[in-house]
Amino acid sequence: MNQSTPPFPAWGIPDPVRGVTGTEPLLAVDDLHVEFATRQGTVKAVNGVSYSLNPGETLAVLGESGSGKSVTAQAIMGILDAPQARIPRGRIRFRGTDLLRLKEDARAQVRGRRIAMVFQDALSALNPVFTVGSQIAEMFRVHQGMSRRDAEARAVELMDRVRIPGARQRLHDYPHQFSGGMRQRIMIAMAIALDPEVLIADEPTTALDVTVQAQIMELLAEVQRDSGMGMILITHDLGVVADVADKIVVMYGGRIVENALVHDVYRTPAHPYTKGLLESIPRVDRKGRELYAISGTPPNLLDMPPGCAFAPRCPYRQDNCTTEAPPLYRIGSTRGSACHYWREVLDGSHG
Amino acid sequence: MAATGEAVLEVRDLVKHFPLTEGAVFRKQVGVIRAVDGISFDLRRGETLGIVGESGCGKSTLAKLLMGLERPTGGSVRVCGREIADAKGADLKRVRRTIQMVMQDPYTSLNPRMTVGDIIGEPYEIHPDAAPKGDRRRRVQALLELVGLNPDDVNRYPHQFSGGQRQRIGIARGLALQPQILVCDEPVSALDVSIQAQVINLLARLQRELGLAYVFIAHDLSVVRHISDRVGVMYLGKMIELGRDAEIYGQPAHPYTQALLSAAPVPDPDGRERRGRIVLQGDPPSPADPPSGCRFRTRCWKAQDICAQQEPLLQLRPGTWHESACHFAQVHDVMPSF
Amino acid sequence: MSDTAAPRARHAKHARSSGPPSKPPAGPSRGGRAARGAKPAGLWGDAWQDLRRRPLFIASAVLIGVILLMAVAPGLFTSVDPYDAATCRLGDARQAPSALHWFGTDNQGCDTYARTVYGASNSLLVGLCTTVVTVVAGGLLGLVAGFRGGWPDALLSRVTEVFFAIPSVLGALLILAVFRTGTVWTVTFALAVLAWPMTFRIMRAAVITAKSQDYVVAARALGASNRRIMFRHILPNSIASVIVVATINLGVFIAAEAGLSFLGVGIQSPEISWGLMIADARPRFLEAASPLLFPAAFLSVTVLAFIMLGDAVRDALDPKLR
Repeated sequence: MNQSTPPFPAWGIPDPVRGVTGTEPLLAVDDLHVEFATRQGTVKAVNGVSYSLNPGETLAVLGESGSGKSVTAQAIMGILDAPQARIPRGRIRFRGTDLLRLKEDARAQVRGRRIAMVFQDALSALNPVFTVGSQIAEMFRVHQGMSRRDAEARAVELMDRVRIPGARQRLHDYPHQFSGGMRQRIMIAMAIALDPEVLIADEPTTALDVTVQAQIMELLAEVQRDSGMGMILITHDLGVVADVADKIVVMYGGRIVENALVHDVYRTPAHPYTKGLLESIPRVDRKGRELYAISGTPPNLLDMPPGCAFAPRCPYRQDNCTTEAPPLYRIGSTRGSACHYWREVLDGSHG
Repeated sequence: MAATGEAVLEVRDLVKHFPLTEGAVFRKQVGVIRAVDGISFDLRRGETLGIVGESGCGKSTLAKLLMGLERPTGGSVRVCGREIADAKGADLKRVRRTIQMVMQDPYTSLNPRMTVGDIIGEPYEIHPDAAPKGDRRRRVQALLELVGLNPDDVNRYPHQFSGGQRQRIGIARGLALQPQILVCDEPVSALDVSIQAQVINLLARLQRELGLAYVFIAHDLSVVRHISDRVGVMYLGKMIELGRDAEIYGQPAHPYTQALLSAAPVPDPDGRERRGRIVLQGDPPSPADPPSGCRFRTRCWKAQDICAQQEPLLQLRPGTWHESACHFAQVHDVMPSF
Repeated sequence: MSDTAAPRARHAKHARSSGPPSKPPAGPSRGGRAARGAKPAGLWGDAWQDLRRRPLFIASAVLIGVILLMAVAPGLFTSVDPYDAATCRLGDARQAPSALHWFGTDNQGCDTYARTVYGASNSLLVGLCTTVVTVVAGGLLGLVAGFRGGWPDALLSRVTEVFFAIPSVLGALLILAVFRTGTVWTVTFALAVLAWPMTFRIMRAAVITAKSQDYVVAARALGASNRRIMFRHILPNSIASVIVVATINLGVFIAAEAGLSFLGVGIQSPEISWGLMIADARPRFLEAASPLLFPAAFLSVTVLAFIMLGDAVRDALDPKLR
């Protein structure tokens, strides 16, 4: 099923357009572990996650709440809550440099400037007491030392670029005076202000309506096309992923359960969780019939089952699933599945 | 679940305007928000009517009006023949036994200080004649079993359950009085993806077993299509298209419905480059100051002068088999068949 | 209304997808516990489980326990009855602490230790009574104002604003001046009159928050009466913050009582109160510090204990950390 050559760069293959040296990807997360100290005990939110991103590429990280998808992104940005969060293991290489080994001031140079982030909730991510113009202009003043006048001019340019109507007039409006979709545009404007090489979009459209979501996704795609940056799209929405992603990482219980090119996942999922998610989508030909539903509930991060985290809910479960945690088995050159029985899953036969 | 039998819910010209006020002590009305502005539909026994629309379209206000939680500014809501628009006290209380609701957020819709048994049993305390006192515990346990939970969980508290399980508790509470109609306001949108299908299946099974009629309000178009017999599309307080599910999804006639359907992301990457997509510009206008004539005209690519002058009514249009509110209604297939 | 419906929908969507980094454990842990046999416990039960393991709580609870015991049964701590004038001998005035007089003696030659122990009762009585009155009065009024809204709310809120504008020491002085003679009850009255608006405000805010919760809407949809909604749904969910503040305030009231007694308008001799003892010892503090320092230390420790207790209770009840 990998014969068809997809029109996207595959794992680790350099993009000739941007001239990446060697096989070093733009951003590579390697065996990342993140823990949180909570009152009830240590929560292992991320347990050995690895993925990579090339310039111009869109990587979708798919998972539900508690899967560790956002925590991984926060680790890349270096914005984890300091006292509780700990990174016991792992590397995050950005253009070959391990971000986790950088000093805080060097890290701050990367954050926002070379790796930027768009959050789900634009209203709480923007400062309510400053005008949007001054917040966008601040990016230029702080990072590039521009004068107030130049920075404001750039802010207007940016607001035009993210298609905020009447940018010049709205420069002095406050965040609450904008609609949800417009606020998300402002966030995107701030994120792309300094031409970052990586844009992390954490559920950028979850709070938005369908028609506005379409506008924002189109804007993100356009911005990416123009700048050639790499984008990590974090979402739980299988539809959004299918629309824009080149490759996809599916997370469950703090681990990657499947990674693949996006077409492969939708055609032939190789992990029971992915397969279950895809089958549970209501489709027109299954109307009136019972939907396929993954049984059970997501795992408790404080008390993970031994072996495979998905085993308690898995129709393919065998005895060894509850004792041996499956590694990410390589399937061909571009995909992997963390299931002992990925062959059966690919064949579609229920074990 | 074909719509059979008599209408259990009749809504006619339902209007809800919220006053916009200024000033803290001496309130002065400066305008109105037209949250729901003239909506009519019927719901028959055992039928599901899906309501779709974006935030601010008035669908949540509609749910509150149907539940008698808000008093309508005008129009009528008849539940099994009883008018609730101006019902009060005991009359309203009696109607509540036939219409109940399932709320969106399972984390805030259950009182954290009450046990599950108390939550599901509360309807019987409010309506003591619905179940004799000695029988209540058994009934609560039967309800828990009905929604797929362990009947021994009556003494637990909501925070000990997952989101999906909490939603089941909310459904059990809604069913306690054996209503004929259940108003579901975004019942799965706060749940994890892998849990949504479980709850949808539960609602479908309950409908089969109990002959319930649903008003199913949601923004997820594929979920609405799966569960609905008929679908109504709302925009800025108006119903702009109403028809059977296959008609709305297969042959939408209103430009807004077409845009909405085409904007919905399709969970299949094949052919995504060729997918024709209508991307609307801008945001919906404020319901405090809706456009004249057709409310969609400010974002509509078909808009002509007549759209600003004359409001299109929800009616059968030439060349279509279901009602739509557009002067230029024209069937247009936009939804890929996923 | 459509405007208020939208943010709620958003909020719920927000809840589903992963929130801030400190939150991820919350979602799954809620579910996980249900599967295994966790004991049925409400939020209060959980709070208690949590409190039992806090050193801060244990320390403050032990201190408060000891002081309560002093107040109820001072005879357990000392065989000297300081209300019996025969136990004081002027000849023994201002003695330093010794085996006989642990805390020394005061200007009248009375045993400071015995007086300090007996002083606990008046201080605690004022603190407890004032707290009960403010919680009941402020709480009930806050419940009504928050629940009803409209003119009762506007009226009560304006009234509390008037009270907030009165400097509390001055207010208490004025009220007590009316009574002329200070007793436990007049001091309680003065403090309660000035302090209920704070409880009112907290209760009102909590009620307004609880009132808009979905479970209240659900109860309304079931046909629940206003009384049921108020006492079954809103009160249990808004009382926690009042209890926290009441605990802290208890300490504050004890300090206020001492202050008023020190100024001479509070509890009067021959009653014993820590504030009064401090006032009596003040003129000759340089000659004999112990009659001032010991009651002052007891006062500070008691106040601190209640404030610590309130802090611990707040942390235990805070749903954000749960």
